[in-house]
Amino acid sequence: MENRPLEYDYTVAKMFMVTTIVLGIVGMSIGVFIAFELAFPGLNTILGSGLAEYTNFSRLRPLHTDAVAFGFTVSGIFATWFYVGQRVLKVSMAESKFLMFIGKLQFWLYIIGVAAAVVSLFMGYTSSKEYAEFEWPVDIAIVVVWVLWGVSIFGLIGIRREKSLYISIWYYIATFLGVAMLYLFNNMEVPTMLATSAAGESGIGSWFHSVSMYAGTNDALVQWWYGHNAVAFVFTVPIIAMIYYFLPKESGQAIYSYKLSLLSFWGLMFVYLWAGGHHLLFSTVPDWMQTMGSIFSVVLILPSWGSAINMLLTMKGEWQQVAASPLIKFMVLASTFYMFSTLEGPIQAIKSVNAIAHFTDWIVGHVHDGTLGWVGFMIIAALYHMAPRVFKREIYSKKLMATQFWVQTLGIVLYFTSMWIAGITQGMMWRAHDEFGNLAYSFIDTVDVLHPYYALRGTGGLFYLIGFFMFAYNIYKTMSARPVEEHELQNASPMGA
Amino acid sequence: MNIAEIQAYGYFAITVFMTVALYAYIYHLYKNRKDADGHDYEEYSNLVLNDDIGDTMVKPISDKKEK
Ligand code: HEM
Repeated sequence: MENRPLEYDYTVAKMFMVTTIVLGIVGMSIGVFIAFELAFPGLNTILGSGLAEYTNFSRLRPLHTDAVAFGFTVSGIFATWFYVGQRVLKVSMAESKFLMFIGKLQFWLYIIGVAAAVVSLFMGYTSSKEYAEFEWPVDIAIVVVWVLWGVSIFGLIGIRREKSLYISIWYYIATFLGVAMLYLFNNMEVPTMLATSAAGESGIGSWFHSVSMYAGTNDALVQWWYGHNAVAFVFTVPIIAMIYYFLPKESGQAIYSYKLSLLSFWGLMFVYLWAGGHHLLFSTVPDWMQTMGSIFSVVLILPSWGSAINMLLTMKGEWQQVAASPLIKFMVLASTFYMFSTLEGPIQAIKSVNAIAHFTDWIVGHVHDGTLGWVGFMIIAALYHMAPRVFKREIYSKKLMATQFWVQTLGIVLYFTSMWIAGITQGMMWRAHDEFGNLAYSFIDTVDVLHPYYALRGTGGLFYLIGFFMFAYNIYKTMSARPVEEHELQNASPMGA
Repeated sequence: MNIAEIQAYGYFAITVFMTVALYAYIYHLYKNRKDADGHDYEEYSNLVLNDDIGDTMVKPISDKKEK
């Protein structure tokens, strides 16, 4: 025992890899189902009207969003942290019993939190704040999980051998701090049991159901400061942490410019926090705040493209690798989709464009460029890179991986093209009027026109889901594939035919 | 001066300050090329490329003995 050479310990990373895949399947399956509900409303009562409460769109929608954001994505963040963190700090979790215990505790509490969230949302308990639907007992569980993660991050940093903190570590730290701040402030809530009715009765509410501590416009402002920066600190910052590690590692190339990575980091941190106002254009929030949100959104393209271009230039002169390796394809397409959604976002944040885009399916198209193309592909690539190293086996099938790549890419393209057309059509129809100002169309007219695009979107989502099942199968089979030697694990991941 | 005017001046001043700070930081990074410890910034890419537990470090924490 004593003389065994020190190795990185991936126990906790493996546990979170499993939840990434399982919760990905759960969240995306629900997503595909509700997409078809929008196209074919009969599906809302698929189990009969008695059970419609559990199968209708509005009950399932938060289950989809929360499962993909806080299940799939956050698990992916944890899994990659427990892998990347050790490696770039050059310290093994095996060296600290305490950190190992905290890591496992974090995992099991996370599982309990997820179970509580799923059950409560399914039963219809919700605080009705988008992406923050959980009632306060679940919120508290989430806060504990988060604090434990913080202990892991700073604990590992505390015992590191490598003094300098690699840029990915900066991004993980920012994720930790950002989400902690946002989550706490947005979820300030009061159980209704403590409230007093207008007639002066008290104790009539419930102990677990609560209402926000903020009201009206203030509530909207805090909500979208949170909502927008949840995009920042869950869907952007930690994903950049991943690509700064996995792309250079898999391709064996040094980052194109480390200096640019530092610059983009500070740029992103500063600009993102002010852009949330673009979710509330033409609402009751003060005009100057809307303008500020709009302007900062346009500026936001700079630090965003700073990171994305840095990644694409890292592959300079190495494009044959993109052709040869499906794993690199996933990452290059991820950063391309990142550029894409950070171009689209600023455009939608311009007031006159937002007047057409807001409330329409174009926004949904934008969201899914980012989440399916950027977040989803990057997490998939990260897990593919980690699998041979944590299981010490080659990836089961390169062919299957390549097929998955094309099936999912087709899915994304179907998704965003259909939603663009649907969204812009919808936006134009809502606004159309005759010379006297009478609306030209009624709501149901738009529904009729949009039907084919909704069916297409559902199909695109189904393609992505099918690809995700291929991914799950490939990772599962990897656990029993050909074992690999240490030297095969330098850069490019070993893959079976 | 009312509050709105103060806000406007403040907003302008902060914008100028942040812009100057950002460009100063860019200038600083590219002029010096190296950080305070004399490491070229680009060396930090090696943190990923050589990340096995026995690999050479960019900046080891000295008091920790290699096993
Ligand atoms: C420069 C970067 C970005 C800017 C300026 C931006 C801007 C916007 C704008 C203007 C909206 C629509 C607000 C509305 O009218 O309702 C929006 C919605 C959204 N964006 Fe982005 N976006 C950016 C990047 C991203 C990325 C990379 C992702 C995901 C990975 C993303 C995810 C979302 C989500 C989830 C929503 C929907 C919120 C909701 O209404 O539920 N965005 N964004």
